[in-house]
Amino acid sequence: MSAILEMRGITKTFPGVKALDNVNLVVQPGEIHAICGENGAGKSTLMKVLSGVYPHGSYTGDILYEGKTVSFRDISESEHLGIIIIHQELALVPLLSIAENMFLGNETARFGIIDWDRAFARTRELLALVGLDENPETLITNLGIGKQQLVEIAKALAKKVKLLILDEPTASLNESDSEKLLNLLLGFKKQGMSSIIISHKLNEISKVADQITIIRDGTSVETLDCRRDAITEDRIIKGMVGRDMESRYPPREPKIGGPLLEIRNWNAFHHVHADRAVCRNINLTVRRGEIVGVAGLMGAGRTELAMSVFGRSYGQNISGEVLLDGKPVDVSTITKAIAAGIAYVTEDRKQLGLVLDENITKNTTLANLPGVSKAMVIDSDREFVVASDYRSKLNIRSFGVEQQAVNLSGGNQQKVVLSKWLFTRPEVLILDEPTRGIDVGAKYEIYAIINALAEEGKGVLMISSEMPELLGMCDRIYVMNEGRFVGEFPGREATQETIMRAIMRSKELN
Amino acid sequence: MSSVNVPGGIDPANVAHPTPGSLPPAKTGTGSGLRQMLAKGNFRDYGLMIALVIIMLFFEYTTDGVLFQPLNLTNLILQNSYVVVMALGMLLIIVAGHIDLSVGSIVGFVGALAAVLMVNYHVDYVSATLLCLVVGGLVGASQGYFVAYFGIPSFIVTLAGMLVFRGLTLSVLNGASVGPFPDVFQLLAKGFFPNFAGPYTSVIVAFAICAVFVATSLRRRMVQQSHGALTESLNGFLLRNGLLALVLLVFAYQMGSYRGLPNVLIIMTVLILLYRFVTNKTTIGRRIYALGGNVKAARLSGIKTDRLTFLTFANMGVLAGLAGMIFAARLNTATPKGGLGFELDVIAACFIGGASASGGVGKVTGVVIGAFIIGVMNNGMSILGIGIDYQQVIKGLVLLGAVCLDVYNKKAAA
Repeated sequence: MSAILEMRGITKTFPGVKALDNVNLVVQPGEIHAICGENGAGKSTLMKVLSGVYPHGSYTGDILYEGKTVSFRDISESEHLGIIIIHQELALVPLLSIAENMFLGNETARFGIIDWDRAFARTRELLALVGLDENPETLITNLGIGKQQLVEIAKALAKKVKLLILDEPTASLNESDSEKLLNLLLGFKKQGMSSIIISHKLNEISKVADQITIIRDGTSVETLDCRRDAITEDRIIKGMVGRDMESRYPPREPKIGGPLLEIRNWNAFHHVHADRAVCRNINLTVRRGEIVGVAGLMGAGRTELAMSVFGRSYGQNISGEVLLDGKPVDVSTITKAIAAGIAYVTEDRKQLGLVLDENITKNTTLANLPGVSKAMVIDSDREFVVASDYRSKLNIRSFGVEQQAVNLSGGNQQKVVLSKWLFTRPEVLILDEPTRGIDVGAKYEIYAIINALAEEGKGVLMISSEMPELLGMCDRIYVMNEGRFVGEFPGREATQETIMRAIMRSKELN
Repeated sequence: MSSVNVPGGIDPANVAHPTPGSLPPAKTGTGSGLRQMLAKGNFRDYGLMIALVIIMLFFEYTTDGVLFQPLNLTNLILQNSYVVVMALGMLLIIVAGHIDLSVGSIVGFVGALAAVLMVNYHVDYVSATLLCLVVGGLVGASQGYFVAYFGIPSFIVTLAGMLVFRGLTLSVLNGASVGPFPDVFQLLAKGFFPNFAGPYTSVIVAFAICAVFVATSLRRRMVQQSHGALTESLNGFLLRNGLLALVLLVFAYQMGSYRGLPNVLIIMTVLILLYRFVTNKTTIGRRIYALGGNVKAARLSGIKTDRLTFLTFANMGVLAGLAGMIFAARLNTATPKGGLGFELDVIAACFIGGASASGGVGKVTGVVIGAFIIGVMNNGMSILGIGIDYQQVIKGLVLLGAVCLDVYNKKAAA
């Protein structure tokens, strides 16, 4: 059986950086091949070389596809041969329909006139293949992120895909949608399609992958064959970080004090549909020195809860009471919430957390400019000192504090966002998906920071879709579903099963 | 696990008084001054300055030296002042991610109001001037209200404003020109700083300004040095300050050979310095940049983005009102067509000066240079006798070219 794809000795340099150094990758027909590596290891660069985003000549090494040497000048040439890449950030036009997106740039047209009947019929067929029951005329913006992902895959099928490349396909999906997507991939595999999947979710990889190629610092370190021997997650991590990860979560001795943040009878409604409740009668307590988790499926209302508490930055008709140290506080605006000692680290650091074009310094002080200024005049030297101090304390890897946030890796960007909120001197930190899309090593560092904050007696409320993370970090876990708290477990007693059972049972009750 | 660093106690209270000594040493430049000035990061600033100098030399040559003659230099300042004044406000609006198309109409409207108040109703010039500034501010604020609190795109709100205030200009003036203004009011545009030392007054003033400027930047440099944050080599520092002082003194000497320093120049300089300070040094300036760079992140950082947007428009209105009075005083009459098309020069100045159409980026220095590039071209082409038709073609191409170059630079830097 000859390989469908063979990349030999791929080396790609950017000015001053060797992004890829002699990378080898062999994908067999009809297999799911996973690529693992820390952020910045070169996974995406390798895929860009393969798909022709970086044209032939801008790298060295050979690409053999179906036995022939290929040299793509752009992405359309690789697509023509059936290599389709689905990027982490979906490339769908929100205000066009499913059918229009499906054939964008590839319309079922004659002389430029689109045959809509055929387009709709074909869209229905393709949607059926990915198990999506939607009207082709539905606008993309009205679909959830999981369904959008399925539309992307259907779109790839429309282009007669032979080798499907998925870059972090489940990063923003909840457990059940991820499951669906992975089963779909397994189904395609049975029909003989090959796919490459890039993912940080190691449990998913060990579930679906036939082979795993690990990339570290721009080189392919090893290829593991999962069909021959069982590959554990720890084995993959060892390959990725080049060392054993005895524990993915730093050790901590909880020192829990009295109640710090209390939320009483909290209700909030959807920001557009005033009759749809997103938070119903939530009661929650975070004690000093405690890390409290909020588990739940996507759309359970966790982010909505956090944002409605944080200065009513989400929702309407909000009611309820917030107490800090037993005293009621006014959190009706973001400014007041910050002043009261609450910090909210958003889930989407690029869209909601950072001003990407600004440097580390300016991002660090943004939420507490008065802290570096006198009578509205900024003391830029003091600002520099503050930013540099957080940079070294949080171990932000950059050339200096003048580096633009856009040029930092995900983990370092997250640390800048944390710096910003630490500088507001909060008592309570609400962390929304604090480690989404960042690599194992950086996750460990973020966890260590969170532990250090708890150690100082601050309260941490942590929202995460990665259950192992909540189980590994939290002293107590609330389970949220459809706007309600449906369970509360001590961190030691909780398991993925008990949490899922709490969610499922609440669904049955409704 | 060597690369994993577990930070010790993160106590924000400690951060307020950290010890500078614990900081990593910053890179200190050692290259030659000129090379450093032209280094990638600074290219944008100096590139613009160089472009202005080239354009000036070009017209100096083609007009046989008319451009730099004291009389023409004075005219250049007077003609260009209202564009510069308005460009300062427009910069804030563009940085905040908006646009204001109505400024030309506000110039006309406030000029007309000033004329009617002073000429027809004999209101004294102090009250009339203050009232006009307030009206300008109200006009800007009313538009800002719709943009900030109703979420209507600024393009549409100010397009409406452009029509409304042009119409009101006609209505206030009853379709006719009104003038002349009282003598004192005319001094706003035509007066000169008292020449206490004859022709050398302007040079003395310029010398004083240079001394203050060099002293402050020297002090700044020493503070940076003590923090280990020095990024400019000594040569670069000397070259930059030396050139600036030289240009200022020569300019002042030329101005002095005619009638000295125009009042408008002083107003303009004060405003430029004020806005430079506001944008670089104050919390409100920083917040406007953050708002334009990422409005959602800014809002979630506790910045009152709506109020800030509202204020930038109110500020623009005041500056447009001031420009309207300068313009009317200069013509000594308010006409229904006053300020027609000014918004184009003002917006062009901002974009030539490096402001980004998507918000978050732009500097006062850049915009002022942009305004002077437009001004010198207007002036030079008029002296050369180039018709208004081709003047517009050339200005349009320069705008397009400048922005193209900017985009190209950004791509090259990425």
